[in-house]
Amino acid sequence: MPVIALQPGYTGEVADAEANFHGNRLLYIGWEDHLMFCSPVCLPLPAAMPFGALVSDVLPGVYGSHPDFARIDWSQVEWRDSGKPFTPNQALSLADNGLVHKSFIQLRTPGLAGIAGSGS
Amino acid sequence: MNQNNNTASSARRLGIKEKYALMTRSLGWDTTYQSMDDVFPFDQFEGIKIHDWDKWEDPFRLTMDAYWKFQGEKEKKLYAIIDAFAQNNGQFNITDARYVNTLKLFLTGVSPLEYAAHRGYAMAGRSLRGVGARIASQMQSIDELRHAQTQVHTISHYNKYFNGLHDFHHMHDRLWYLSVPKSYFDDAMTAGPFEFITAISFSFEYVLTNLLFMPFMSGAAYNGDMATVTFGFSAQSDESRHMTLGLEVVKFMLEQDPDNLPIIQKWVDKWFWRGYRLLTLVGMMMDYMLPKRVMSWAEAWEMYFEKNGGALFEDLARYGVKVPKYADVAKLEKEHITHQAWGIFYNYTQAAGIHTWIPNDEEMDWLAAKYPNTFNQYYRPRLEHLREQEKAGKRWVNNSLPMLCQICQIPMAFTEMDNPTKIAARESTYHGMKFHFCSDGCKDVFDGEPEKFQQAWLPVHQIYQGNCFREGTDPTQPGFDPLAEVLAWYHLDTSADTGEYNTSPDRANWERWTGRSHLPAGESPAAPAKAA
Repeated sequence: MPVIALQPGYTGEVADAEANFHGNRLLYIGWEDHLMFCSPVCLPLPAAMPFGALVSDVLPGVYGSHPDFARIDWSQVEWRDSGKPFTPNQALSLADNGLVHKSFIQLRTPGLAGIAGSGS
Repeated sequence: MNQNNNTASSARRLGIKEKYALMTRSLGWDTTYQSMDDVFPFDQFEGIKIHDWDKWEDPFRLTMDAYWKFQGEKEKKLYAIIDAFAQNNGQFNITDARYVNTLKLFLTGVSPLEYAAHRGYAMAGRSLRGVGARIASQMQSIDELRHAQTQVHTISHYNKYFNGLHDFHHMHDRLWYLSVPKSYFDDAMTAGPFEFITAISFSFEYVLTNLLFMPFMSGAAYNGDMATVTFGFSAQSDESRHMTLGLEVVKFMLEQDPDNLPIIQKWVDKWFWRGYRLLTLVGMMMDYMLPKRVMSWAEAWEMYFEKNGGALFEDLARYGVKVPKYADVAKLEKEHITHQAWGIFYNYTQAAGIHTWIPNDEEMDWLAAKYPNTFNQYYRPRLEHLREQEKAGKRWVNNSLPMLCQICQIPMAFTEMDNPTKIAARESTYHGMKFHFCSDGCKDVFDGEPEKFQQAWLPVHQIYQGNCFREGTDPTQPGFDPLAEVLAWYHLDTSADTGEYNTSPDRANWERWTGRSHLPAGESPAAPAKAA
């Protein structure tokens, strides 16, 4: 449905086009059942970054302060992309794993349900 | 009747009805040099059809001369009380310095909306061709300016004693959580005049205003802040006029043409949801920030929306207007959203202009009693864990920026009501780009006008685009600290305005001045910082 505007055919500028992020693209990441982190996070990352580097180099800085983080068995982690099951290839880049600008991925860590099992 | 007799000594006094007719409706005229459509170019493009503006009823029949007289009297009383408050050091009569954070939220989040409403009603008044509606808009525009001024004047006294109150308008335009109220009003003001007036006069002032006004004003009264109570009283008679305008405008549009109904229903749905999301911040204030609590958010929602709002929509049913879409979701969420919102501010306390803290044991017990289905199960464990961290000298913060909802701009912290530990996320794709939302309500708003909302100024994205640094900042310099630069651009002083309450100068000063602590004897999470 078109915008209700005085001028026919009006379209505004897209505020968050990928080109505005200085060579990065936005990736949203959420860790299920760990809502001590109030919401998923938003990170600007190079599209060429290997998925394995996201796990080994980026996530510890984001989630390492949670007591469950050190207990994660990474071979068991379940990933989702926009809510659908997703099996990332650790060696391939974010882009080659099909992640685009503003993709939203979530990880579930079986057996870990947050502070005192409360989903925190 | 001879109008020229008005000023002569022999003039008889006009009856209220005559005076009203002369000083409102008779002030308008149909233009002849230019067409009315050219003079009023903004009141048709939204699709609302008005056939007879004379059918507009003014429930208050207030004329400008009477308006000035009433407002002038209220001003005199208000400023006398503010003076007395200052001279008697009224700031020391509040419960404790945590309370002042509600004033910080109010001054940076709400007072600028009063000013925005002043502008919005001035524009609406200019845009509507019916003279009755224009005069009502004009009065409301002046009211809103007065509210902004009296709030700033009242709260400025606190600025002499507490941190974070120094630059409210600068912050309103920049801070990440203040984009929530700002974008709400910007959305209304960039719509047409009929949507603006439905959004603000009806959905906000009529349907939801009690949930904004009551918590702040009763909260002030309960917590010893007589200055804020006084501006509340001074604004109250205006608010009832605004509420009546809100109802009148919706009924008028509905009676003018049956084609208006679907347009109005869409706006009622949209602005209910947007207003409800905005009120999350108020609910958080009620449940977590008032040292002495008035009632819980859930209780307020039941009383002011489910009961009173229910009666209103029963009344409007004869026009075909339905209860706003997703009112059922709001009902389910009432036991969760305030805990989730306080979580957001606790996570990002290092970047907020209000202090945050973990409720003490007594306060947690109150929350457990008010939220028997949710607090102990979902929220208490994380608060207790965070308190342990704080006691161990490791006050926890989230050091990654949050994912925001494209519409309400609140971090995506709300959860699914059939599974409260799962984040609720909705998505749309528009022109090949993904957009994310916290709820079906926010997704519907986007899908209705994607061209508009793809332009949203989302604080997190703007930071990453490099638009939130002071002029002349070079982000490529070695050792560049983006968070510090963003906070400098916000005009937040990290040694005083941001962070944990327990280690803040506000707490240290308060205890030094009054000898009173907010903690029960024996409970001490952390030593206060040095007084500043």
